[in-house]
Amino acid sequence: MSRSDLSIAIQSSENSAFLMSHGNVDYLRKMIILNSMLKGFLGGIHLLENKFTENLAIEVMPAPKRVYIPLSQHAGKSAKPVVQKDDFVKIGTKIGESEGFISASVHASISGKVLDIKQHPHPVLASAECCIIESDETEDWAAGMKEKHDYENLPKEELLSIIKDAGIVGLGGAAFPTHVKLSPPPDKPIEYLLINGCECEPRLTADHRLMLEYPIGIIEGAKLFQQILDTKHLIFCIEDNKKEAAKIFINENEEVRVLKTKYPQGAEKQLIKAVLNRTVPRGGLPMDVGCVVQNVGTCYAAFQAVKFRKPLIDRVVTVTGDGVKESKNLLIRIGTSAIDVVNFCGGFVDQPKRIIFGGPMMGISQYAEDVPIIKGTSGILVSKEVSSYEEGPCVRCGCCVDVCPMGLMPTEIYKLVKNKKFLKSKDYGVLDCIECGCCAYGCPSKIPLVHYLKYGKNEVWRLSKK
Amino acid sequence: MKDLLIVSASPHISGRLDISLAMKAVILALLPALMFSVYIFGWRALLVTVITIVSCMISEAIMQRMLGKKITLDDGSAVLTGILLAFNLPPGVPLWLPIVGSVFAIVFAKQLFGGLGYNFINPALAGRAFLMTSWPSFMTKEWLIPTGSTLSGIDSITSATPLTLLKNPANFGPPEVIIQRLNEMATIKNLFIGKVGGCLGETSALLLLIGGLFLIIIGIVDYRIVTGYLVSFGILAFVLPTKANLPFHLFSGGLFLGVFFMATDWVTSPVTKKGRWIFGIGCGVLTAVIRIWGGYPEGVSYSILLMNVFTPLIDRFTKERIFGEKKKGVKL
Ligand code: SF4
Ligand code: SF4
Repeated sequence: MSRSDLSIAIQSSENSAFLMSHGNVDYLRKMIILNSMLKGFLGGIHLLENKFTENLAIEVMPAPKRVYIPLSQHAGKSAKPVVQKDDFVKIGTKIGESEGFISASVHASISGKVLDIKQHPHPVLASAECCIIESDETEDWAAGMKEKHDYENLPKEELLSIIKDAGIVGLGGAAFPTHVKLSPPPDKPIEYLLINGCECEPRLTADHRLMLEYPIGIIEGAKLFQQILDTKHLIFCIEDNKKEAAKIFINENEEVRVLKTKYPQGAEKQLIKAVLNRTVPRGGLPMDVGCVVQNVGTCYAAFQAVKFRKPLIDRVVTVTGDGVKESKNLLIRIGTSAIDVVNFCGGFVDQPKRIIFGGPMMGISQYAEDVPIIKGTSGILVSKEVSSYEEGPCVRCGCCVDVCPMGLMPTEIYKLVKNKKFLKSKDYGVLDCIECGCCAYGCPSKIPLVHYLKYGKNEVWRLSKK
Repeated sequence: MKDLLIVSASPHISGRLDISLAMKAVILALLPALMFSVYIFGWRALLVTVITIVSCMISEAIMQRMLGKKITLDDGSAVLTGILLAFNLPPGVPLWLPIVGSVFAIVFAKQLFGGLGYNFINPALAGRAFLMTSWPSFMTKEWLIPTGSTLSGIDSITSATPLTLLKNPANFGPPEVIIQRLNEMATIKNLFIGKVGGCLGETSALLLLIGGLFLIIIGIVDYRIVTGYLVSFGILAFVLPTKANLPFHLFSGGLFLGVFFMATDWVTSPVTKKGRWIFGIGCGVLTAVIRIWGGYPEGVSYSILLMNVFTPLIDRFTKERIFGEKKKGVKL
């Protein structure tokens, strides 16, 4: 929209002060960078950030009594269980082996006894097979872990297999297995590795805190990715509501791009457009334009995996909302149930009305309190008050069309989906929707557009499988 | 038994704008013009407006009741239709006329098509067009003389609208004199402020402009339609053969009312960005053509109505470009 374009233009002069990077960036490239920033990405919205927890240091939540570790926490195939009921496991013991290439291993996050492997509420899949482990409170680590390893001279295949073995997936939310992203086909050379520190969802501050408190680990992890991908450029992309974090990376002599805060900046395609002014083709992947995007949390996890052989067994989660006594940024073991986390934060304020895993824009509301934290969980939002809206008629205001960062026409698509014209909705690009929620956020008739679009997507997939 | 958790679709937060807020904002933006109208035309202007509002609301409620739908008077759309219809009527009309117009607007142009969001033409304009064709004499003669107005010495005939004067100057006196007066600075000033004869709410270009800009700033009115309309109309009014100058054309008649409040009606204008440019430009061209060559002195409402009809087509041919799409894939 015009106003946002304008504000980007104004902001960019300020941004140029942040364009410092290491000395070898020549003037010309700086100009190109500046130019690309003027463009930004089209659509998107400005949200109230409400990042109340940004000044709270990350606390370590002690291991819970019991964890529920889903075997599927990632995009792709579910892992195959490699432990059985009544087996004893230690922290870091592999309990699920990745099946096929697009899959990820799963590890025990506490030491103790496997109580059962059975269906349990899952934050994304509603219900899925989970390995339930009861703690023996010894906190023993599996062999070979927590020791420092030299990794500078490891060949790239070795690094990749360590990352794969550690079950590293994208921690930004989509949980795409990292080793897959790091193995582009040889005909797609990667020029740019973008490290995504945008955290554009309101309220979430997990990535922000990680950048403030563990920048060196993130940088090391990013360098590992750079080594594996053999890219020339490594750029840290941070929104201007996190200038402190940006400064740290600039002081470490890394190339940093400070972006005007706008939702959904952290979406891969929008980020690439905003930073490099490259447009990922429709239906394509970032590697089609020579880019790979990795989240800061993923970098940190990969660094720990390579340096300490520590698999992905915990992650930083922002716990906030008016329904929880104390808001916190917590380092939580994977598989910890939401109720345990809330209790660690002082408990519920009142009878909770809604628990969301993720941010307010793209998060998923949960139906059970014992649903576990998984690798892709970036936040837990508890509300004691929920305003509900009644869906009105579409008044064709065009707000949704204006804000859609993917250039879709949500108003047309939702009508097609509602009338079950799924194939036509595919022509209108239902599959291109990134479910960012901008359209539904601004809709004056409060139509749950994302709900219709998701439904349409599923139906299109189902029809095309037939 | 514990309360169940609420499971709702993302996003879990929502913007503050809803339909009734938007309608209220538009009504607010129209209020200055309404007050000015009362000032120049007297209390009758307010009476006509109240009649249209009340009859629009009653028709809406009765229709929704009969069609077995939820009664949605609180969304404010009926009130807005009422005000807009009143704004398009001569202030001196017999008082039954606004009632007929309101009923037509709500019943035929809106509810029978399915209510808010489904009507393809602007109800207020449809109501006006209906009255115009059925009772042309009332709709073109019942002008009131604006208080304290002076159209540079042609006071005796100011009850005729400036555009009527321009169209048929000979009916009112020596044509050359009248045309010359119309182009005088003093006339333009009165036109801009609104101290001229005309429809109830259309006279004050200034106040409508303020209201319109307010709506653009808060993001309810789309600048593309407004700009497309004004610029294309302005260019044509400048280059086409007409006896009046450009400011006269811009500030006279219902242009600003049409540009800011009728053409930009959400329901009846395109949803795509490119479509809105086309829509605005189309309105501008049609208005200029009707004004300069057409049989009517005024062309705003017919142009907008005509473009309303084309809106679905425009939407279809101006699909947005999907992110990363190579060339425009217009598939019908
Ligand atoms: S959710 Fe989908 S349709 Fe809606 S704005 Fe985001 S990308 Fe566009
Ligand atoms: S934002 Fe809502 S009301 Fe407006 S066009 Fe889109 S779907 Fe319709």
